[in-house]
Amino acid sequence: MAAINRDDVAHLAQLAHIEMSDDELDRMANELALIVDSVKSVSEAAGDDVPTTSHPIPLTNVMREDVVGHVLTVEEALSGAPDSADGRFKVPAILEES
Amino acid sequence: MTANELIRLSASAMAAKLAAGEITSVELTQAHLDRIADVDHGDRGVNAFLHVNAEEALAVAADVDARRAAGEELHELAGVPIAIKDLIVTKGQPTTAGSKILEGWMSPYDATVIKKIRAARMPMLGKTNLDEFAMGSSTEHSAYGPTRNPWDLDRIPGGSGGGSAAAVAAFEAPFALGTDTGGSIRQPGAVTGTVGVKPTYGAVSRYGAIAMASSLDQIGPVSRTVLDSALLQEVIGGHDPFDSTSLTDPSIGLAAAARLGNVKGMKIGIIKELHGEGYQAGVENRFNESLELLRSAGAEIVEVSCPNFGYALGAYYLIMPSEASSNLAKFDGVRFGMRTLPTEGPLTIERVMGATRAAGFGDEVKRRIILGTYALSAGYYDAYYGSAQKVRTLIQRDFAAAFEQVDVLISPTSPVTAFKLGEKLDDPLAMYLNDVATIPANMAGVPGLTLPGGLADEDGLPVGIQLLAPAREDARLYRVGAVLESLLEAQWGGPILDQAPVLASTATVAEEAN
Repeated sequence: MAAINRDDVAHLAQLAHIEMSDDELDRMANELALIVDSVKSVSEAAGDDVPTTSHPIPLTNVMREDVVGHVLTVEEALSGAPDSADGRFKVPAILEES
Repeated sequence: MTANELIRLSASAMAAKLAAGEITSVELTQAHLDRIADVDHGDRGVNAFLHVNAEEALAVAADVDARRAAGEELHELAGVPIAIKDLIVTKGQPTTAGSKILEGWMSPYDATVIKKIRAARMPMLGKTNLDEFAMGSSTEHSAYGPTRNPWDLDRIPGGSGGGSAAAVAAFEAPFALGTDTGGSIRQPGAVTGTVGVKPTYGAVSRYGAIAMASSLDQIGPVSRTVLDSALLQEVIGGHDPFDSTSLTDPSIGLAAAARLGNVKGMKIGIIKELHGEGYQAGVENRFNESLELLRSAGAEIVEVSCPNFGYALGAYYLIMPSEASSNLAKFDGVRFGMRTLPTEGPLTIERVMGATRAAGFGDEVKRRIILGTYALSAGYYDAYYGSAQKVRTLIQRDFAAAFEQVDVLISPTSPVTAFKLGEKLDDPLAMYLNDVATIPANMAGVPGLTLPGGLADEDGLPVGIQLLAPAREDARLYRVGAVLESLLEAQWGGPILDQAPVLASTATVAEEAN
């Protein structure tokens, strides 16, 4: 498996929406390279014939009645928001103005 | 009985005194609030609590006393106070998850387990400290400072639930709620000389537990005795339509199992891969003594092999960050929590999100989000996440084969006793190794219990003994755990916490600091 490098970390940080300083990128790249190296044996553990498990206790098709259940009021839903207006979440600009 | 004697009782003994009218819930709750004020604050305080809920706790206690006086029939644990890990959302108290990004956040709803605690009328003393978003094994990753181990204030109380374990060990609460994704209830239990249980996945609703890794997370009890954990799991367990992964089994028979008092004829398996090399000598010695005690009580001890457990840690550190990176995407600076504006450049939502998450998350959280984003990215998904999910199947098969031979499995809970604060903080891999014995249970969904097994010869610090049972057989843990506990306590001449050092009052120090 490929090693993880500083450029990878910069790209991943962007995907994960976390700004990182140059120092932080250097440190994170070193730490993650070690961690990834230590977990790579996992890819050799199981052959193609082993099925994957996504959930510890198999459950299928958990359904409920199609009725309005437990919902928050608008006030409750907005109560922890950093900014809101007219009963809605308020965000800064979506697009950069050119 | 003095307040200091009162707080050292087990929760079930407190419940009995309340029922007999020997004490009131207000008295009992106030004794714990006084204890928190005495030992929790200041530079040398335990720092188990992030929030103390005195007013509401006393109001609930007074209400219980009034109802009891009026002859109303109450829940067995009504009036016995409890502490709540600050990963579980509560109305009326802040929920921070140990993170700056949620500083001061008030949940608009209660977790299902909190509704059940309220229905049983148990006063909530407050919210306990944890590694940020439950990511860690020492509580040093809390944004609000580490919790200290009551056995040695310079050592870690384990993590992520170090606050709940330390609160119980320091007699600040008789029991507490924890959450366990890879050992966050059991490893703190081991290093603080307390009891903790990760129930079968789905036995307790996760609704309202802030998710780290949804297929591994489980809420469970933290206490000083095995019976107290059984009583608490009966309160919080059972089916919940708000959690579609919750099991439909009723939460009964656990306290009865703890009260059974025999293990004659039971087969108990030592897991070959979970002791020996890499385990501290004192941990190994106490573990062997527990095996002897169980043998003397009529259990048959055999060795079993779980050959794929060697891959569990690696697979866990792929699955957990993958799920965490997805679960933590909701902290976007829009819907809840803090918002940080970039200091320069255009003010777009993307940049606000990046700045908010940069300022709000600590290093360990960032590490796991990046690692998870990597493991899930195109081109790596099959090699990492896919392979880890196959290992999960292999671990389940190892457990299934083992439980064909034995009723219960046994191992040390943690390979080492409590280490010094700061000792492993700069070495993520060394920190991750603390969970090597607890992770397999989460990967397979099976229940696990830790109880104190004595003190290590080399450092005099608590050692934890872990019991594991098949899925939905939580009762077996309580049955075997309670027997081992009583055999050990007969040897020690009382509970292990009787041997813990007396905590100095930090109340005056805290007052001066204010």
